[in-house]
Amino acid sequence: MRPKLDLLTSELVKRVVDEALLLLREHGVKVQSPEAVELLVAAGATADEDVVRLPEPVIREALATVPSAFHLHDRRGEPKVTYGGDAVHFDPGSSGVHVLDPETLEHRPSTTADLARLVKVAEMLPEIDAQSTAVVCDEVPKGIGDLWRLYVVLEHSTRPIVTGAFSIATLHHMIDMVAIFAGGREALARTPQAVFDVCPSPPLIWSAFGSENLIELARAGVPAEMVSMPLAGAAAPVTLLGSITQHAAECLSGIAIHQLAAPGSPIVWGGAPAIFDMRKGTTPMGAIETAMIDAGYAQVGKSLGLPTHTYLGASDAKVVDAQAGLESGVSAVVGALAGINMISGAGMLDFLACQSPEKLVLDAEAIAMAKRLVAGIEQRTETLALELFEGIAFKGEFLKQRATKDLFAVEQHVPSKVIDRDSTRGWLQSGGLDAWTRAKHRTAALLEAYDRPELDPAHEAELRTLVERIAKDAGVDALPEVAP
Amino acid sequence: MQREDLFAAMGQAIIDGEAETAAELARRGLEEGVAPLDAIDRGFVPGIDHVGHEFAAENMFLPELVLAGEAMKAAVDVLEPEMQRTGAEREIHGTVVLAAAHGDIHDIGKSLVGTMLSASGFRVVDLGVDVPIDAVVDTVREVDADLVGISALLTTTMVGQRDVVDALTVAGLRDSVKVMVGGAPVTPEWATEIGADGFGEDAARAVSLARELVGA
Repeated sequence: MRPKLDLLTSELVKRVVDEALLLLREHGVKVQSPEAVELLVAAGATADEDVVRLPEPVIREALATVPSAFHLHDRRGEPKVTYGGDAVHFDPGSSGVHVLDPETLEHRPSTTADLARLVKVAEMLPEIDAQSTAVVCDEVPKGIGDLWRLYVVLEHSTRPIVTGAFSIATLHHMIDMVAIFAGGREALARTPQAVFDVCPSPPLIWSAFGSENLIELARAGVPAEMVSMPLAGAAAPVTLLGSITQHAAECLSGIAIHQLAAPGSPIVWGGAPAIFDMRKGTTPMGAIETAMIDAGYAQVGKSLGLPTHTYLGASDAKVVDAQAGLESGVSAVVGALAGINMISGAGMLDFLACQSPEKLVLDAEAIAMAKRLVAGIEQRTETLALELFEGIAFKGEFLKQRATKDLFAVEQHVPSKVIDRDSTRGWLQSGGLDAWTRAKHRTAALLEAYDRPELDPAHEAELRTLVERIAKDAGVDALPEVAP
Repeated sequence: MQREDLFAAMGQAIIDGEAETAAELARRGLEEGVAPLDAIDRGFVPGIDHVGHEFAAENMFLPELVLAGEAMKAAVDVLEPEMQRTGAEREIHGTVVLAAAHGDIHDIGKSLVGTMLSASGFRVVDLGVDVPIDAVVDTVREVDADLVGISALLTTTMVGQRDVVDALTVAGLRDSVKVMVGGAPVTPEWATEIGADGFGEDAARAVSLARELVGA
């Protein structure tokens, strides 16, 4: 039995969908792209300038054509990530603007070198299933900032990628960049290697960029991942159910635009909601209620047969301390138990503003535990204990049993040295290090062991030429080194 | 089977923790005229050494270590009668008497130490748990032990370790035998306080301590 967290009754799930449909029909959704409005109106919606009211059949028809599952592939074309069902994967949180300096503990603007370091560490961690364009590179002009991140990831990794564009022009470039490795745009649509995040603006607004992003991704057949962000009590109703319903309405209207542009194109029911902290006016990603909204909306998405995504496994702490560990660990477990297909956030501190490779290494341990938990308790022997008691005669000699040797490694996850299970004296003899210091040591060891994956030199040259041309067109003459 | 292949198979049987295979290979070695000491030193010992290194590097784990120890024991049991018959003696580092302190019934840690010691070339006499002090002293005398290891998992049974040291002194045996103590509540300071010769944090460190104490 796979353990599963259901926070909503099936009646409530149905009410969320019903009320979301009512919201879209009565209150409407703001759609700031004329093309998207046109698509919706042609399908039967009514528009009052940019406020669109969507009758239920428009949504139902769109839902009927959305794929319930798809895979993301690695650079060799092997399926590595399953979006759909209760598959659970983790990737580092995306688009931080700072990194935590491991020596000074300063939050400093992230650079190309920082992103490369993050990608290398993530590539070495088996618990991390996909790469993300984890930070923006401060020294690179904003106009090519999104695709530059993707370039750095493509150069250092072969894993599937969670990314996203900052403009429609660069979106096209980014799709072309990934397509080089898939063998062209058509091949990329058949075997997608990256998913692109698309964000509605709370409450219930699809900006011109958000709408067009959906349309372009749909037409390219490249998976879109909606990142709906109700902020409970500020940009969304204060109730968790109210925010879950707003999330549903934003995603349902997004699906309508997306499927009208290209029926059957893959799209993910995702998000990064948060409650609103009423003392500081911040958006805590490590709050349990944030995780509860996520688990709740994932349940709604699953009831509609959709692939799911969320933002968990992150912390609002400023350094990698006890708060960072507990918020990241607890919320990763909630996300895994909710059966969310892609859980983004590992490595993140400070409301998703600050990335840390060292925290990523620590978070990998929590992710391993969460994955072990959802693998559940399995029956591995015919009798549960009787056969294992043969010859035991009240002696604690199970260590001598072949079954112990054969089964311990499937029953128990063996953590890395980041997790301390030594005796007090053994721990002292090893230097008496805390988890942060152990994570720093493991990060250094992983970076030392990292080898840049072998990429087809022709593909790599084509990518470099493309990126240089785009940069030149954007008026950027000098590009930073992407150190191997 | 070529001799080198046979030795390699012997080592592999230990690494795989296959006691029956190890015993079978030991018998085949004897049939083929392999000297028992060669079978041990060139066949089985490289296997147990490999397991020891891999365990220290955290690439192998306790169940594998214990089964390797059991396989080693099975192989040596087959070879021992032939060694006795021919007067060949396996070079051992020393004889160790192991016991859980009087009143203490915890077996796992002590047995693990025994497995590790015997796999590492010590002759181990394991008296089990809740062992009366006299029984320890008598056995030390009988087997002419080089080392005694007393485990205690409870603060209440730790005093039994001191009692053993004192009893060995009274029996006039203290100068000829080294005493090691271990167990969760035991500290190096306690070992010093009761006049023991050393303290091993875990089974691996108990082995290095034992080697140190006998100068192996």
